[in-house]
Amino acid sequence: MNDQESSAPIAMASMDDTARADLAIVVLGIADDCMLQGHRDSEWTGLGPILEEDIAFSSMAQDELGHALVWYNLLAGLGETRSPDLLAFTRDAGDWRNAQIVALPRGEYPFSLMRRHLHDLAKAVLYDGLIACGVAEVAVAATKLRQEKKYHLIHNRAYIERLARSETGRGPIQAALDELFPFALGLFEKQDAHDRLAAAGFIPSQALLRERWLDVTCSSLAAAGLRPPAHRAEEAWIPDVDPRVGGRSGRHVPEQVALLEAMQGMFRSDPEATW
Amino acid sequence: MRGSGLLDEAVVMQALEAVKDPEIPVVSVVELGIVQAVQVDSASGAVVVSITPTFSGCPALDLMRTAIESCVLDLGASAVRVEVVLDPPWTSDRIAPEARARMQAIGLAPPPPVGRFRTDISLTLEPLLASEDPVPCPYCGSSQTVMENGFGPTICRSAHYCNGCLQSFEAFKAL
Repeated sequence: MNDQESSAPIAMASMDDTARADLAIVVLGIADDCMLQGHRDSEWTGLGPILEEDIAFSSMAQDELGHALVWYNLLAGLGETRSPDLLAFTRDAGDWRNAQIVALPRGEYPFSLMRRHLHDLAKAVLYDGLIACGVAEVAVAATKLRQEKKYHLIHNRAYIERLARSETGRGPIQAALDELFPFALGLFEKQDAHDRLAAAGFIPSQALLRERWLDVTCSSLAAAGLRPPAHRAEEAWIPDVDPRVGGRSGRHVPEQVALLEAMQGMFRSDPEATW
Repeated sequence: MRGSGLLDEAVVMQALEAVKDPEIPVVSVVELGIVQAVQVDSASGAVVVSITPTFSGCPALDLMRTAIESCVLDLGASAVRVEVVLDPPWTSDRIAPEARARMQAIGLAPPPPVGRFRTDISLTLEPLLASEDPVPCPYCGSSQTVMENGFGPTICRSAHYCNGCLQSFEAFKAL
């Protein structure tokens, strides 16, 4: 993705210990994002405003859990000894590395829809960058998962356009955008591990990913008649709000504790059970 | 090296035709294109089957894995291991022609060729659906169809409507 990356990707096993440890930190953040996004979307199962959206959010939730599993599995090759189930269902809030956005309560439908859109675009931009990255296993995973984002992007766009065009929908979808935008910027929170991997040419920098995300997100929302809290300066979009950060170092919104209780309660009641 | 009950890749692959996709029972795991490779250790009779998921979140994958294990053990393998791999990623273009015909016969439209759409997935809000070729209706063959929802009863299916015969139908997603 970066111009300096011209050599062929290397296997994780060939990376030095520091780079492997850094990659484990970055991958855990990605996995945790997917896991909690999936859980929040699953809360729409049976409650969707229309049947199609009930099904869509349930399906996207299923996709996200699959994506989380791909990333948790990858950690095994980076020294992680806990199984995906143990990672997902036995860690307390402070040990999670998700961005804060995915733990926010589902809210009203426009809020959940806009969160999906902002996060799907961020992951699509990330996976696009990782497809061409310097780590073979990461590139393989990103290629697979990027393909699967296709139907999410089509879905989100269709419904956001519908809401943005309607008299009754425009206010709520704009309000959701305003509320979520600082949290979406938090998906690009500065992370020393990420910076070191980017400097070594393994993965694209957060700054580059953020710039691309701002471009596709703000341009597309503006085209739909919405006002992203950002302004154009020459070629780039500059946010007018500060990012909500902390998630990548384990500082989360208070609601994450209740989320984890709901998500992990069954597993923790009998961790040895077979299903 | 064959003989006296030893297995080879072709025999295993042939036997796996009996293992069906639990969500689309007219299609085998081989026809679906999820069996990536079969390796037989002729000395020990141990078999390794590499499979790849259609969608990573496919809940049927574990069922298929178990069914493949039983199938290979029934063939007389001394041991079997089913490993899940992601490279190369599955694409719906791998679904066999005979399987496509059987999908159509049960009212599930087979996925159109992925082609350009696979690598050129727009990130913008510009119209995209209109530029994609419509999925032909599995009942009447009309191309006057629209995708009503990218999500259906399983994560690999989408929901469509045919303006030719005025019926809803499902399609296996192009991926």
